[in-house]
Amino acid sequence: MTTTAIAGIGATEFSKQSGRSELRLAAEAVLAALDDAGLSPADVDGLVTYSQDANQEIAVARETGIGELTFFSRVEYGGGAACGTVAHAAMAVATGAARTVVCYRAFNERSGRRFGRPNAGLAGQPGSQGLEMSWHVPFGLMTPAAWVAMFARRYMHVHNATSEDFGRVAVAMRRHAATNPAAWFHGRPITLEEHQASRWIVEPLHLLDCCQESDGAVALVVTSTERARDLRRSPAVITAAAQGAGAGQMMMTSYYRDDMTGLPEMSVVGRRLWEISGLSPADIQTAILYDHFTPFVLTQLEELGFCGRGEAPGFLADGGIELDGRLPVNPHGGQLGEAYIHGMNGIAEAVRQIRGTAVNQLPDVTNVLVTAGTGVPTSGLILSSG
Amino acid sequence: MTASDKREPAEAAPMTDEELHELAGKQAALGEVRGAPAADPVNVPMIRHWLTAMGDENPRYLEEGLAPPAMAQVWTMPGLRRGAKDRSPVDDMMAALDGSGYTGVVATNCEQTYHRYVRVGERLTPATRFAGLAGPKRTALGVGYFATWNITWYTDDDEPVAEMMFRVLKFRPPKAKAMEPYPLQPAVNQDTAFFWEGVNRGELRVQACADCGELRHPPGPLCPRCRSSERTYRVADGTGTLFSYVVHHHPPVPGRETPFVVGVVELPEGVRIVGNVVDCPVEEVRIGMPLRVTYRRMDDRLVLPMWTRP
Repeated sequence: MTTTAIAGIGATEFSKQSGRSELRLAAEAVLAALDDAGLSPADVDGLVTYSQDANQEIAVARETGIGELTFFSRVEYGGGAACGTVAHAAMAVATGAARTVVCYRAFNERSGRRFGRPNAGLAGQPGSQGLEMSWHVPFGLMTPAAWVAMFARRYMHVHNATSEDFGRVAVAMRRHAATNPAAWFHGRPITLEEHQASRWIVEPLHLLDCCQESDGAVALVVTSTERARDLRRSPAVITAAAQGAGAGQMMMTSYYRDDMTGLPEMSVVGRRLWEISGLSPADIQTAILYDHFTPFVLTQLEELGFCGRGEAPGFLADGGIELDGRLPVNPHGGQLGEAYIHGMNGIAEAVRQIRGTAVNQLPDVTNVLVTAGTGVPTSGLILSSG
Repeated sequence: MTASDKREPAEAAPMTDEELHELAGKQAALGEVRGAPAADPVNVPMIRHWLTAMGDENPRYLEEGLAPPAMAQVWTMPGLRRGAKDRSPVDDMMAALDGSGYTGVVATNCEQTYHRYVRVGERLTPATRFAGLAGPKRTALGVGYFATWNITWYTDDDEPVAEMMFRVLKFRPPKAKAMEPYPLQPAVNQDTAFFWEGVNRGELRVQACADCGELRHPPGPLCPRCRSSERTYRVADGTGTLFSYVVHHHPPVPGRETPFVVGVVELPEGVRIVGNVVDCPVEEVRIGMPLRVTYRRMDDRLVLPMWTRP
């Protein structure tokens, strides 16, 4: 690809109670991203967000002074949409459907509707998703933590993994967040003992295996690489972007496929990213792996080829995801440490690592791999310097 | 018991209060109606059993061949196979009350009078007189009627040896309280209705392709192997093995008490299904444990298949 790039990033503060409407958060992030890029709202002709976002593109355009739109798109499947918004924007720019596209995600996910809360209406509608949920929700299997825990238990059984293996992800994320002033858990690292002592949410997941819930917004400006080079910031080139769904895919409950220890949809994304970029895991200096729940970080390391099947516990025990490890993961602290903005804040961190402006900046970063929501149809990016 | 053994005619038409009292008057007007004589005369084995059962250690009954007076009813109990001759004026009254919705029954009074001891070898015959009906009255058990009758036991010489006044309350049981609606209802459509109808009948139905026989769960409109839309189902054997599971603690889930277990169960038929593992301590739940299906009614509409140890 390489013809498109992320030219600007913007965000609100990350909090538990923004005190503002979601539309206002979206508008603030979009304006911040445009300012970062050195562009004005009038330059924007495309907007992309998640299908779950409550702020319509036209409303965001009205508030920010973006005029006419020639491209707008919504990406499905919860947090799996994160990198997909950039993929859609890049395709629009590459095909000429739009020149400057802003991707955004804004919500009061903590002070408003919390995704971790059971919603009895999930299985209420006889659309395909309601019917899918109807095989699970009536049994009380209805929270994201519970859906992930079902995979985690199987992974533990097959690979002799333990809760401590999951805990090492949480400890690393909180350590990274501790030195990130934008992180909710800035200055608040945890120990593995604290992870183990935290209460059960859904066994085998402890409280500290679950990411926080946040209010906030993040926006990204996508334009051509050529144009981005003339703008305020050095571009983060979109070397590869991909979406992926696996065979027999469901939303969070793909329990009917032969194996329950993997994430075949992430394998689809990974294979596409390596194929498009011509890169391999050895070419990645840091990865932003979606961490709504710790167990799927292990699975992603395996699906993306950073280690073999069942080897993630060893990879973690060796400090592999630490800032000085083989593959530093989520230097900003991820969603466990920084904020849960449905994966969008991770893309912004990838851009900072490429620019060399991150608070926990890693040396000599040329390629960053980013993933989106796990357990759902998902997406991924490789961003590069240049 | 088969239907023919029932005491009352199968169905009596509902009656108004007035009609019930009218019937009561008729039954009372019949006066004393003789029943069938006892099948056996007063005898030692029955006296012995009764004394043992009651814990009565008085030796005089057996020594002197006398029946304990409280055995009066025992000698003329109709047993399980009642004949038409055993009918009494009370039966029609009871049937009418049942038919009018007063199906509950509780004995409220029983007074017995003994004229003399009955001796081994004597044969008794009961005679029943319907004494009266009072009601309807509001009681703690529900609205009902008090029905009273008298029985006198005679020897073959027409000598009355014992009498009993008996009263029952026949009441209309309050309607069973409707179950609280279960909040976690499944969406059901043409592709999935057969499954939920199945669990309502205690069947675990797995979709089967009518053309190639392929089984699938969860079900859907097309066969995943041959794309045929001709569907049928197979009733699963009802056994399975736990493939994975979670223990839900937090947050609270509507309609559920925490902690509860949800598992993915692998069926020998080759498909997986999600359900709760119940009646098993949480710490004893293990991947690989054998399970069998059980059914739980969640509310007036919904039955869920669940899993328990065989």
